[in-house]
Order: sequence, then structure tokens, then C-alpha cells
Amino acid sequence: MEWFLKPETLPEKIGVMVLAILLFAAVMGLVLAVVDRPRLPRWVPAVGYLGPAVLLITFGLLWPGLNTIKNSFFDRLSQNFVGIANYQTIFTDMGFLIVLRNTLLWVLLVPTVATALGLVYAVLVDRTRVEKFAKTLIFLPMAISMVGASIIWKFMYDMKPGKTQIGLLNQIVVWLGGEPQPWLLNPPLNTFMMIVVMVWIQAGFAMTVLSAAIKAIPDEIIEAAKVDGVTGIKLFFYVTIPSVRPAIIVVLTTIAMGTLKSFDIVYTMTGGNFESSIVAQEFYVQSFVQGRPDIGAALAVLLFIMITPIIVYNVRQMRISEGER
Amino acid sequence: MSLDTHVVEQRKLTRKEQRDVDSKTRLASPGASLIAVLIAVFWTIPTAGLLITSFRPQADIRRTGWWTALLNPKFTLDNYIDTLGANNLANSFFNSFIITIPAVVIPILLALLAAYAFAWIDFKGRNFLFAFVFALQVVPIQVTLLPLLTQYVQWGLAGTLWTVWLSHTIFGLPLAIFLLHNFMKEIPRSLIEAARVDGAGHVRVFFQVLLPLLLPAIASFGIFQFLWVWNDLLVSLTFAGPEYSPITRVIGELSGSFGSKWHLLSSGAFISMLVPMIVFLSLQRYFVRGLLAGGVKG
Repeated sequence: MEWFLKPETLPEKIGVMVLAILLFAAVMGLVLAVVDRPRLPRWVPAVGYLGPAVLLITFGLLWPGLNTIKNSFFDRLSQNFVGIANYQTIFTDMGFLIVLRNTLLWVLLVPTVATALGLVYAVLVDRTRVEKFAKTLIFLPMAISMVGASIIWKFMYDMKPGKTQIGLLNQIVVWLGGEPQPWLLNPPLNTFMMIVVMVWIQAGFAMTVLSAAIKAIPDEIIEAAKVDGVTGIKLFFYVTIPSVRPAIIVVLTTIAMGTLKSFDIVYTMTGGNFESSIVAQEFYVQSFVQGRPDIGAALAVLLFIMITPIIVYNVRQMRISEGER
Repeated sequence: MSLDTHVVEQRKLTRKEQRDVDSKTRLASPGASLIAVLIAVFWTIPTAGLLITSFRPQADIRRTGWWTALLNPKFTLDNYIDTLGANNLANSFFNSFIITIPAVVIPILLALLAAYAFAWIDFKGRNFLFAFVFALQVVPIQVTLLPLLTQYVQWGLAGTLWTVWLSHTIFGLPLAIFLLHNFMKEIPRSLIEAARVDGAGHVRVFFQVLLPLLLPAIASFGIFQFLWVWNDLLVSLTFAGPEYSPITRVIGELSGSFGSKWHLLSSGAFISMLVPMIVFLSLQRYFVRGLLAGGVKG
């Protein structure tokens, strides 16, 4: 059974991988075979089809989620009830307050800047000859990992003492007659430098969704506006933006949620040092490095709490715009 | 980028063509084009810089900026050979495939079943259960990691590939069910009912009627999940033993320990980005369709 749990060589790994897929496929086949007999009560197929997925979701999302909420009110060994002490630590300790401030900066700046850039770019390249190519350029950062993006930008921000730089940003600074800066070492500047990376990744998503929304604006609206003499910038602000407003809200909220959840950039670029940590990064450090699962649990719950109002707003806006139709 | 505004055709333009022409005159002013070009350049240069660097000799990388290589080109594959050999990167590259393939296939299998039930079987509490699964999409996976890890340890599974596959499957399921359900709902009911009148059971309806029509939807989710799993850092850091580290995690860890060994870091980063870029560029159409269907995962 050793190779089954701990395959070592590549052929062994491939073998176990194929086995895993076949195993799940077999379970599926079995369920289908049992459930698909005629004259069974109607609930049997429903249970059979939904069973595996619901079971896994309950085991892997629901139950651990509730457990984490419980653990956030207990001490580090999950034995003694400590009330809101863990949350108190987060909201009073100076280090954690900086983490919260940074998180706020991230969640406010990344969605707004990425959406604004994505919208402007989508309008500018809309129906031009190079549209497809131009869009792919902006879109490509979405395909690469945040770790990869972080390395790309870490190289942009690289600093050496002296006049010759290998990081483009500092070389530009030197060309302009300035002193090279350690962009990722000085707070609060380092937070803004990392926010740039996240904007760089997310703008492509904003552009794609908004571009589709722009193309869906009915011709009549554009023509009517033109008849009234509305063109250029005015058309953008008075016609385009109001027309794609629901899409803008979806994009803003989606990027905000993604920003809150991801820690890859901070992990790769500064490791959360130099006062640059955010809640998602701090969750990882407290849970798996510092051995404080209680604080980690409270931080995870905090993430969840921060995401909830964004979703509620999103759903409410969707209801409103559906009501308008 | 040339944005000239010549009206090419002399015949009477259709409405759509007329609008195309209008939109060109509308924003193709020099200023607007300039902004577009600036954004495009800003989005391209960082990647180009690291890509060029990854092909430069080690000594050059340390001494001069990558832009000097444009005037004085001197390229080599040494960095790629070094990283693949020195850091066991080849091994982690294969690990990424070993992790990703089941983590894409298994949730598709399970979600197809569940989405079929949500779309085409009537049962009590269906809407509630579906709303519930939909809502779970937004749960940050951070809230699940520690209890899951504790459970895996108790089962003696900690660090194995099985926990990585299982975790990725679970985290992908809500989105998979949601996306596939949305596509399934669009298939006309008459098609299903015709098959059922002919005596087809759920299984035959599923395989003969639905599955062929669902291939684009499956592709949409598949590419999402592929990119997500391949690029994932958190799940592999938490669950995978060191011998099963995927390449993204290895690169992330190198970034911390390597400091300024840019010849290894740049080539390693591009090896890790190669596969998702190929997948993405060749299947972009399905990816965009998935995005627009509301399939969005942070």
C-alpha cells in the first residue's frame, strides 16, 4: 500500500493519478447504475446525483468552516473558551492594526483602479482593427500565476547601489537624476508597489467583462445620443458608463473579493515583512509558521466577514437592475 | 497601432458597419490612441523584461539592464538548463501535471451529476440547496484549511497527493456546479422530454443528449480550474508534502531564498508560466465565455 499513498517515482505518481481518476469515475458509474432503474421513487435519483457533491462540500467547506468559527473563540490548543480575546488581539495590537490598514488599502485601491483602467482600455480599443491583439496583451497576466507576476515585478523593482541598475524602475529614476529606491522595503510605499502588481493582474478581467457589456449597449441608445450631439468624452460619461453600470458593480465586487482572499503577492514579494502584510498573508503566517491557529482562525473568520457585505451589495444591485428591466 | 478612419466601402453601409465606422471616429483621436498604447506598453514591458533576462548570460544579467540586450544581443539557454538541473525543477514541473489533471477531471465528473440534478430533476428543496451551493462559492478557503488539515492528519493521509486532489476538488465544486447548471438550463426542455418519451432514462439523456451540448461549458470550467490549480500556492503549501511540490510553489519559495539570483529565478518563472500561457492562448474563447457566464473565482 506504500506506493498507493506515497508514490515516489514519476511512473508511480502517474499510476496513482490514473487510479484516482478511475476511482471517482467508478463511483459515478455505480451511482448512475443503481439510480437509473425505472419505478424508483423520485427522490432516489436526486440523492444519487447530488450525493457525492453535497457530501464533499459538507465535509470540505461547511464543516471546516463552522469549525474554524468555533476555534476562533478558543485558545491555541482549541481547548479553553476565550471569548473574543483573539479578535481583541487583532484589533488592538499595533502590528495587526497595520495589517488591517494595509488590507483596507488593497481592497479599496485594487478594484477601483483595475476597473477604471479596464473600462477605459475597453472603450479605447473597442472596434478597432487591433482589438483582439490589444486585448490579449492586457489579458495575459490573468493566465500566469500571482507568484510568477510577483517575480516579474520584483525584477522591475530591483535595486542596486550605484548608478547602473538592472531593475527598470530604478534605472528610470536614475536617468531622471534621482536616487534608486528600495521599493519593497519602505512602508507604506511597499504596499502601494504590490497593489500595482494586483492591478496589473486584475485589469484584464475587468476589461473583458466590461468590453462585452459595452458591445451589448443597444445601437438605438448610441444613435439617440449622437442625434443630441453627445460625443467623445461626454458619450463615455453620460451614455457608456450608465449603460454598463451593473457590469461595473459585478467587476468591482468580484475583484474586491479576489483581492481579500489572495496572499500570493505579499508572500512572494516581501513575505509580509516591512509592515506590508495583509489579512490573508497574516492568516498563513499565524496558522502555519507562528503556531497560533487560534489567531489564524480569527483572521480567517475576519476575511469571511469582510467579504460578506460585498456579496450582499452585489446581490442587491443585481436584484435592482433586474427589477428595472 | 494604426487607427485610421477611412471608410473602406462605398456601398450603403449596414447599421452595424455604420456603427463600427462611427465608433472609430468617436475615440480614435490621437490622445485616445496614445493612452491605449501607453496602457498596452505598461502591461507588456515587465513580462518582456524578465523573458529577455531569462535568455541572457548570467554575468550580463548582474551587470547591465535587460534593455541593453536590445542593442547588444547575446543570448543563451544556459539559465534554463541550470534551473532544470540544479533545483529539481523538472520534478516539480511534472508534479504540477500530476496534481492538476485529477483536480480538473474529478470536479467536472461530480459537478456534471449534481448540475444535472439541479437542472432537470424536480425535488423538494432544490432551489434552496442550489442557492446554498452557489453561496459557498464565496467562502474564502482560508476558513477551511486548518480543520481539513487536522482531519487529514487523523486519517494518516497528511502530505499525500490524495489530500491535494480532494481539497482542490472540493474548492472547485461550487463554481463547477454553478457554471454547468447555468449552461444546462439553457438546453431546451423539449429536447430532454422528447428523449424521455422515447424511453430514455436519466443516464441516456445525460450521455446522449446533454453531454455533447455541454462540451463548451465543460471546457470553460476546465480551463478555469486548470489555471487555478496550476497557479495555486496556498493549497499546495498547506497540504502537499515537499516531495509533491508543484512548480508554482517551488518558484515562490525560490524567490525568498534566492535573493538576486535572477538568472535562475527568471528562467524558472517562465518554465512555470509556459503551460498556463499555452492553455490560455489556445482556449481563450472558452475562458472568456466562462467569465461572462458569471463564473468568477478569486
